Amino acid sequence: MYRRFRTPTVWQEMDRLQREMDRVFRASSPSRMGTGGYPAMNIWSNEDNAVITTELPGIDLDDIDISVVGDTMTLSGKRSAEELPEGARYHRQERGFGKFTRSIKLPYTVDGDKVEATYNRGVLSIELPRAESDKPRKIQVRSA
Amino acid sequence: MEHKNQPLEAEKHEITTIDETERTRDRQCFVPRADIYETDDHIIVVADIPGADENSTDITIEKNILTINANVDWSMSEDYGLNYGEYGIGDYQRSFTLSDEIDRENIEATVSNGVLRLQLPKAGPAKTKKISVKAG
Repeated sequence: MYRRFRTPTVWQEMDRLQREMDRVFRASSPSRMGTGGYPAMNIWSNEDNAVITTELPGIDLDDIDISVVGDTMTLSGKRSAEELPEGARYHRQERGFGKFTRSIKLPYTVDGDKVEATYNRGVLSIELPRAESDKPRKIQVRSA
Repeated sequence: MEHKNQPLEAEKHEITTIDETERTRDRQCFVPRADIYETDDHIIVVADIPGADENSTDITIEKNILTINANVDWSMSEDYGLNYGEYGIGDYQRSFTLSDEIDRENIEATVSNGVLRLQLPKAGPAKTKKISVKAG
């Protein structure tokens, strides 16, 4: 990275630090947070549902395997290497390939029959509905 | 041609601007991972731009600078909140300097499942590479 040689004032430096901290703690758009492996996952939820999204560009759907046991979802799959024509040579190769597998434990039991996954524009969304039996029950309080 | 053993990496790299201009869109912007390879008559650029499609991707070539701009307008429905986040969502931007002359009229670009594929045909002079060496 190119930087101009210039000594920033203390205030500019503080400002920069502030921005950096804001960026790190901005919950709505996390970036480069510690990841537990490939692929990176975002977990979204509301009362009854959780949705796991993950970016898996250029994956053959037949190569993706999603399984749910109790409260744990396992995503595994493989990303194939580019098929190169005869005599081709690389200028650069940055896109990874190979097999991956990751398990995520959810805070509730998932209704395995209702799990749905969609793949659109290279983004995989897995909807994991909470099992009916695991939903919080409202308890009526009656006056005695 | 052997692939080098490129591992799968989860981390996305946010763009760093060299000059101090800023993007107009108030979103994060990432550098897409790219493979570039050369065949006898093409240069092929393959880039990962998950979340973008053919309508939100712009390719420009000015002089010999190839620029990829892909906008991502993905958002989760309102009633969901983010519990745990490992990756940021944002646009993609990257530029490459092309060394060979490119036949600009016949560039083909496709986006499929979040992967951009650019076929840049080499123009006449660059295509012929063989130089016969004669005895002097």
